Amino acid sequence: MMLEEDAIKTKVDVAGLRETAVQKYLTLSGLEPLVVTPESNFINVGERTNVTGSKKFLRLIKADNYDEALSVARDQVEGGAQILDVNMDEGMLDGKEAMVKFLNLIASEPDIARIPLMIDSSKWEIIEAGLQVAQGKCVVNSISLKEGETEFKRQATLVKRYGAAVIVMAFDENGQADTYQRRIDICKRSYDILVNEVHFAPQDIIFDPNIFPVATGMDEHRLNALDFFKATKWIRKNLPYANVSGGVSNVSFSFRGNTVVREAINSAFLYHAIQHGMNLGIVNPAMLEVYDEIPKDLLQLVEDVLFDRGEEATQKLLDFAEELMDAPVGTGRDLSVRASAGGFGRVGGRASGRNADRMQLANAWRDASLQERISHALVKGIDGFIIEDVEEARLASGKPIEVIEGNLMIGMNVVGDLFGSGKMFLPQVVKSARVMKKAVAYLQPFIEAEKGGKQEFAGKILMATVKGDVHDIGKNIVSVVLGCNNYEIIDLGVMVPPEKIVETAIRENVDIIGLSGLITPSLDEMVYVSKSLEKQGFKIPLIIGGATTSRAHTSVKIAPNYSNTVVHINDASRAVTVVGDLLNKNNKVYKEQIREEYDKFREQFLKRGKKKDYRTIEDARKRKFEIDWNTSELIKPKHLGIQVLEDFDLKKLEEFIDWSPFFRSWDLHGKYPDILEDEVVGEQAVELFKDAKVLLNRIFDEELLEAKAIFGLFAANSINDDDIEVYGQDGKHDVRFLTLRQQLQKRDGVPNIALADFIAPKSSGKEDYMGCFCVTTGFGCEALAKEFQTNLDDYNSIMIKALADRLAEAFAEYLHKEVRTNHWGYAKNESLSNADLIKESYKGIRPAPGYPACPDHLEKSTIWKLLNVEERIGVKLTESLAMWPSASVSGYYFGNPEAKYFGLGKITDDQLKDYAKRRGISNEEAEKWLSPNLAT
Amino acid sequence: MTNIKEELKKRILVLDGAMGTMLQRYNFSEDHFRGERFKAYPSSLKGNNDLLSLTQPQAIADIHRKYFEAGADIVETNTFSGTTIAMADYNMEGLVYELNYESAKIAKKVASEFTNANPQKPRFVAGSIGPTNKTASMSPDVNRPEYRAVTFNELRVAYKQQVEALIDGGVDLLLVETIFDTLNAKAALFAIEEVKEERQIDIPIMVSGTITDASGRTLSGQTVEAFLTSVSHIPLLSVGFNCALGAEQLQPYLERLSRETDFYTSAHPNAGLPNAFGEYDESPEEMKAFIESYLKENLVNIIGGCCGTNPEHIKAIAEVAANYPPRVPALVSSHLEGTF
Repeated sequence: MMLEEDAIKTKVDVAGLRETAVQKYLTLSGLEPLVVTPESNFINVGERTNVTGSKKFLRLIKADNYDEALSVARDQVEGGAQILDVNMDEGMLDGKEAMVKFLNLIASEPDIARIPLMIDSSKWEIIEAGLQVAQGKCVVNSISLKEGETEFKRQATLVKRYGAAVIVMAFDENGQADTYQRRIDICKRSYDILVNEVHFAPQDIIFDPNIFPVATGMDEHRLNALDFFKATKWIRKNLPYANVSGGVSNVSFSFRGNTVVREAINSAFLYHAIQHGMNLGIVNPAMLEVYDEIPKDLLQLVEDVLFDRGEEATQKLLDFAEELMDAPVGTGRDLSVRASAGGFGRVGGRASGRNADRMQLANAWRDASLQERISHALVKGIDGFIIEDVEEARLASGKPIEVIEGNLMIGMNVVGDLFGSGKMFLPQVVKSARVMKKAVAYLQPFIEAEKGGKQEFAGKILMATVKGDVHDIGKNIVSVVLGCNNYEIIDLGVMVPPEKIVETAIRENVDIIGLSGLITPSLDEMVYVSKSLEKQGFKIPLIIGGATTSRAHTSVKIAPNYSNTVVHINDASRAVTVVGDLLNKNNKVYKEQIREEYDKFREQFLKRGKKKDYRTIEDARKRKFEIDWNTSELIKPKHLGIQVLEDFDLKKLEEFIDWSPFFRSWDLHGKYPDILEDEVVGEQAVELFKDAKVLLNRIFDEELLEAKAIFGLFAANSINDDDIEVYGQDGKHDVRFLTLRQQLQKRDGVPNIALADFIAPKSSGKEDYMGCFCVTTGFGCEALAKEFQTNLDDYNSIMIKALADRLAEAFAEYLHKEVRTNHWGYAKNESLSNADLIKESYKGIRPAPGYPACPDHLEKSTIWKLLNVEERIGVKLTESLAMWPSASVSGYYFGNPEAKYFGLGKITDDQLKDYAKRRGISNEEAEKWLSPNLAT
Repeated sequence: MTNIKEELKKRILVLDGAMGTMLQRYNFSEDHFRGERFKAYPSSLKGNNDLLSLTQPQAIADIHRKYFEAGADIVETNTFSGTTIAMADYNMEGLVYELNYESAKIAKKVASEFTNANPQKPRFVAGSIGPTNKTASMSPDVNRPEYRAVTFNELRVAYKQQVEALIDGGVDLLLVETIFDTLNAKAALFAIEEVKEERQIDIPIMVSGTITDASGRTLSGQTVEAFLTSVSHIPLLSVGFNCALGAEQLQPYLERLSRETDFYTSAHPNAGLPNAFGEYDESPEEMKAFIESYLKENLVNIIGGCCGTNPEHIKAIAEVAANYPPRVPALVSSHLEGTF
């Protein structure tokens, strides 16, 4: 008894300590928490949702276009912003109303509401209105002593009561602090009032000690940066737990228009501000050069200005900026400067047009050390000098292999770090890989000539697109990215049977197997492969990727079959870290974590949410989509029967291309054409688009790809609710299309649709029509991709496939338009822009088997039979019913004006059995094809 | 007046169980709900449980008594829906002050009887503050995501009135509970702070959120940690979870909460998950076993029951809670000196 009491007493004593040892980190929340610890990297505040800083955002809010405004917010979150700054201070706006509306809308977007908000206004009433609609812990931006102590205390008390943190500007009754002493005096005074009088938690205070422009030419501004640094350091040392923030791009304001210098100043300033203790702030990532990438001479000049080293510092930087002004375009940066926009008054004071200097500048990196040149070439993807540099390195080193393991890997590690931290984007990395491959290929003969010289890889990875599937863009990108991180890749290509995967994995003794696939039957194939691997007793990790794969499918269907680690990876940037962790010697904990995470995910997934209710198929058929066949106009096609298009001029397709998915395939997210001006990925998107256009023009001019199409228009009627009979010229029915019907229980009056509803039933006595088609632009693509690959150009090898895919989609769009306006002719007078086409604002639809309205891939076989596709244009179907060449599209045409796209959703067992009977296959086989759509 | 904070250092305190479940046993009819006073009231009143504090005060007092007898240290006032916003359903906005005041009085009277009988085990009354039937951060209309059925200010005003009445009626602490939308709770906390400032008083506050399902989030979408961050800006007596889940399902979330907070923690889970008929049928013994697992892991300082629990459950919980020392809030590893 005594003992127990003692035990309790000891614990109570420890509890007493609690008061002094509470957590004192700034902690914020949206739907998820954000804790700012000393280990956190600099916290980046997204600032594009600010009408004072973004013209685009202002325009959207003024136009009441809140949908687009939300996508600006979403882009910020996806781009890595950890806090979202929202500001609606504009004379023409009702700022309070706009703030409340926008924050309310954000609250219903979980992917945005995830991160904490920064409510930014110079008007207290707007701040308060914002605080009243945010459930998370926000940051108020800002309060200050500007209006005196009473108002300051009043606002601070309310901020605390609303449960927010606060930015305190270094501002008092006499104005903004502009010296070191004023900065620390005001911050100290503010801190003391907040902590001692308002009892504000010190960790919830964020000081903004004012970032002012440097190099303005005025003497009183010479200490602007240095004073900020010193004040920051002082605050972090003397005002316990307080944080420091600031708006960085202001520092380079004098150089607006001169991107190179501005980026260098921003970046160097940020670097030193962080070193001095600034732990969060507003930074436009598009306005930032990588610190290590700032040319050394420029960096020197910039840092001399920031630290006020010498009388001449500003003048020297201005001179340098002036020289840059006329430098040639093509260094990958916008160097065009409007003469009046410089804001540094001395422009024009010196003679311009010194060509020699300019050339020197563009190739200035060639004067750097050998390692710097190699790293630069890899980071920038420049292959022009790499052989020359590698040869120099080879001569200087003892063994050729050391060039790979030394010089080149040092460079690739820089690339890896930049990519990992989001400072480089996928197309750039693929370009880096191209340079790397060239260098390695050059060294290979020297390495082989040496006995025992062999490249040491970090690991061996087998990559394969599974049996029945032909899609490999994603797999190739992941292979390239892993390849340039020093993994040996054994790429088995597409349509790889499980036996080959097993056999190769054993023979090559690989460390990891990666499976990829795009079409839904590939999901089952992956399950099968995982079982085969388990049976063979494999003890290596399995990686799953590809468009239809998901963490849910991986954890529920694959992971339980395989006793080693199974991971789902959905983007190339994650692949490197995951593979690195998996192959780490001490990977036990990591592997256990993954297993546990997936087990938990599976458990939750299976238990998830409310069970949805479904109608019986019988009931669903009674609620079909009703078209009044007595009044509906059924237009007879001008030409019934089948037609083939060959020798088609690809150039005609250019205007039909939907570019947004192209950028997506390179992990650049955003809508075309807006993406070209995107703050985060815009520069990269422009670059990629330029490269794509170059290759596209080659495709057109040299006829690198061959386009073919086939389509047919037929008389048709629906029968037995869900099937469609298609009639040949003689009126006898040729084939029967089987459609599937939605079964989800919906509100009364909302129909359960099947595609058959868009065709007049036989019982109506009316003759109706439908069509089907297949287009391809894939002939020639594979050979070209191989050729690029042989020339060590993975970048263009992936590019050609991505372009072929886009052209195939464009061809489908083009042909649909031709059919609507000409061959069928029900929409003779339509005039729609490409944007309208992408928005699908035309009449009639062209759903494709394997997509939401018709997930049944077996329907492709019916189309192939009806049109004789393979014999006439050569497009084949694999055993999983993927089309080959893969840059192909097939589908049906429905012309009724009421026809619309829809998603089938899940179906239940009764429809599955009914379908199997109609299809003449076993229930098991039907289940296999439709498994992703079966309600569980 | 014994300080509840002193008691919490000594032992795990037991909160009562469900009020609604107990009232169902009485099978009150419309006439019972109306009593004499509301005989001619124009709208139907059956189901307005809070009203029973005025029309059937004896039943309410008896239920409090049963929970104290079962071993509860804290009972909750019968005021879960005691705001103008929730009472609008019965057109009884005008009665809100009286309902809260009388409910507090009834509970306090019973508590004092028990404390006087055994001063070694002081009993407390927590003023129950429910979530209302409207949400401030979600739209009830999917087509108008920017719309809100209630504003922060409307909630603040309504909560303030409830808080003032509960304090006037003599409650020892306030319990903001069943929080499915954190913004509603923040309005309640804001109102409490206002009252505290105006009256220059301090009163302990318990905050209890609701994790809706296996997603591990509140209905308004916050994770355990985000919820905790959003309500930790004022000193709370305790933070915890109640309702929606049974003791077993609640444990992982309680673990996360308990690890992250320096406040005391509380839990009052349901008697399991509802069965096919919507009834809670976890037995006292079953629930006790799950709760014992909390105690072994040292997760709670205050433990009780929500939907479906009755005095037998509380008795079982009180018995097992007496065998374990209270949770000592974890020392979050932090630098005692500067943060860099």
